[in-house]
Amino acid sequence: MLVPMLLAIIFIVYGIMSLTPGDPAQLILGTRASPEAIAGLRHEMGFDKPFVVRYGEYVAKAARGDFGNSWRTGRPVFQVIAGRFPTTIKLSLAAVVLAVLVGVPLGVLAAVKQYSIFDVIGTTIAMFMASIPGFWFGLMAILFFSLKLRLLPSNGADSLKHYILPAVTLAIPVAASLLRLTRTTMLETIRQDYIRTARAKGQTEGKVIFRHALKNALLPVVTATGMEFGGLLGGVVTIETVFSINGVGMLIIDAIRMKDIPQVTGCAIFLAASFMILMLFVDILYAYIDPRIKASYQKMN
Amino acid sequence: MEDIDFNSQTRKKSRRGEIWRRMKKNRIAMVGLFIFSAILLLTISADLITPYDKAITGSLADRLTPPSSSHWFGTDNYGRDIFARILHASRRSLVMGIGAVLVGITLGGLLGACAGYYGGRVDSVIMRIIDTVICIPFMLLVLAIVAALGPGLVNVLIALMISMIPTYTRVIRSAILTVVGQDYIEAAKSCGTPNRWIILKHVLPNAIGPIIVQATMTVGTMIIWAASTSFLGMGIQPPEPEWGAMLAESKDYMLTAPYMVMFPGFAIALTALSLNLMGDGLRDALDPRLKD
Repeated sequence: MLVPMLLAIIFIVYGIMSLTPGDPAQLILGTRASPEAIAGLRHEMGFDKPFVVRYGEYVAKAARGDFGNSWRTGRPVFQVIAGRFPTTIKLSLAAVVLAVLVGVPLGVLAAVKQYSIFDVIGTTIAMFMASIPGFWFGLMAILFFSLKLRLLPSNGADSLKHYILPAVTLAIPVAASLLRLTRTTMLETIRQDYIRTARAKGQTEGKVIFRHALKNALLPVVTATGMEFGGLLGGVVTIETVFSINGVGMLIIDAIRMKDIPQVTGCAIFLAASFMILMLFVDILYAYIDPRIKASYQKMN
Repeated sequence: MEDIDFNSQTRKKSRRGEIWRRMKKNRIAMVGLFIFSAILLLTISADLITPYDKAITGSLADRLTPPSSSHWFGTDNYGRDIFARILHASRRSLVMGIGAVLVGITLGGLLGACAGYYGGRVDSVIMRIIDTVICIPFMLLVLAIVAALGPGLVNVLIALMISMIPTYTRVIRSAILTVVGQDYIEAAKSCGTPNRWIILKHVLPNAIGPIIVQATMTVGTMIIWAASTSFLGMGIQPPEPEWGAMLAESKDYMLTAPYMVMFPGFAIALTALSLNLMGDGLRDALDPRLKD
């Protein structure tokens, strides 16, 4: 499934990008270029071929790791992305881990002690956090922690300290939605009959919550975490700009500003593909932790 | 015939009344509704409160003045009144948020309704395409479309609409699937009612609850995304006022004029919060399991 999906994603992104009005050859050479030079470059770069042919050639090259060269710098797109990718991945992973570590336990707490002070405060804060635009939160964090208190650096990604503010900023909306989701699924789970059975057996409350309820309540949370990662890869674009971090997110913004189409296409495909591969891992993980799916595979064999 | 029609009419009314009654009991949801109504009212009467000129022109003598009685939210780096800018920007943000959701719902609704109602091959073709598009993170899809079309309000709106379609197709399809198996649909089919009539008259009205909840909440999300694209310089272009664009301009004056960063962000957050509160309240009001 992965390969056809990848092909389709490349098709969509490539298709959208080729909708760009104007002649790409003109864009590269500037307005003062002669018509002959433009026609020559058009032919050289294959813009005079039909879309499907260009798409086919693009895919064939992309399979060998060649996403073309940047129109602005002339450097291979793949090389530029590969240089920046680790920063983006480190930042997103840090944010996801942070969000799960904060969101899930608080969600469990809110559900187990429904209507208690933990529940009210937790869900209220989550509601506020889900309404705050991430980039604004980032700006306010810079204003407070970097400019006023001078505790943390406001831009760059040179040391661990540099990652704190952007990772927290990225994690907050994810943590908020994980808290809400965990609370809902947990509330549903603890009303199930098998929880009543476990309690009736005289099982300790801790064991009931962690062994019986949590395991079942976490299944949808795993999928949601994977899906949230996709939103995070989108959010990374704005957050990297706010904190001036040289990742793929900032690269794509700069490329859009300079109308560097191959670079934009390459970045978009790269990010979408990494999200897809991650979702594949989530599916595999799911088969591993959900006994129902495991059983259905065993039946098939 | 007259009699039956009359009956169904009163029942429908009382059901709507019931939802409204339960929503009214939810104090937090009413706060959300109140805030959003106030924002809507301010947006509509923006021209009466302060002229548009005040939002796009300012005198350099008034540069970066902190909030005062003459400039409630202070002035920006061009001496423009921030309150007037925020007020007039709300029109663009609301148009983008509500517009994207309305069109997304209509197109996504058509696709989702077809997929859910007809099932089989129609379903698998539509959902295959949707599943692929949904693999591209939302913001990335918006940016790719804006990059291709160029910046500006209309192009951002188009990008948001298109990017909304897959999500709505999924939501509406699953809402429809819960209805399609019911006996009354079977009954309508056996009476020979045309398919499109069944979808419009019987399926959609009964599946509409979760769709409305989703719509209310995504208007807030759309407003945030629209502001993000403007913040990145891809959306509405200066000197037109827009919340995200205002925040982008404020970046260089954060230390000297922190109010420039605060107020536009408050505006976005308050709008999104009021919509989220309303959506939450609506969901509870529509949930039959929570009925008293």
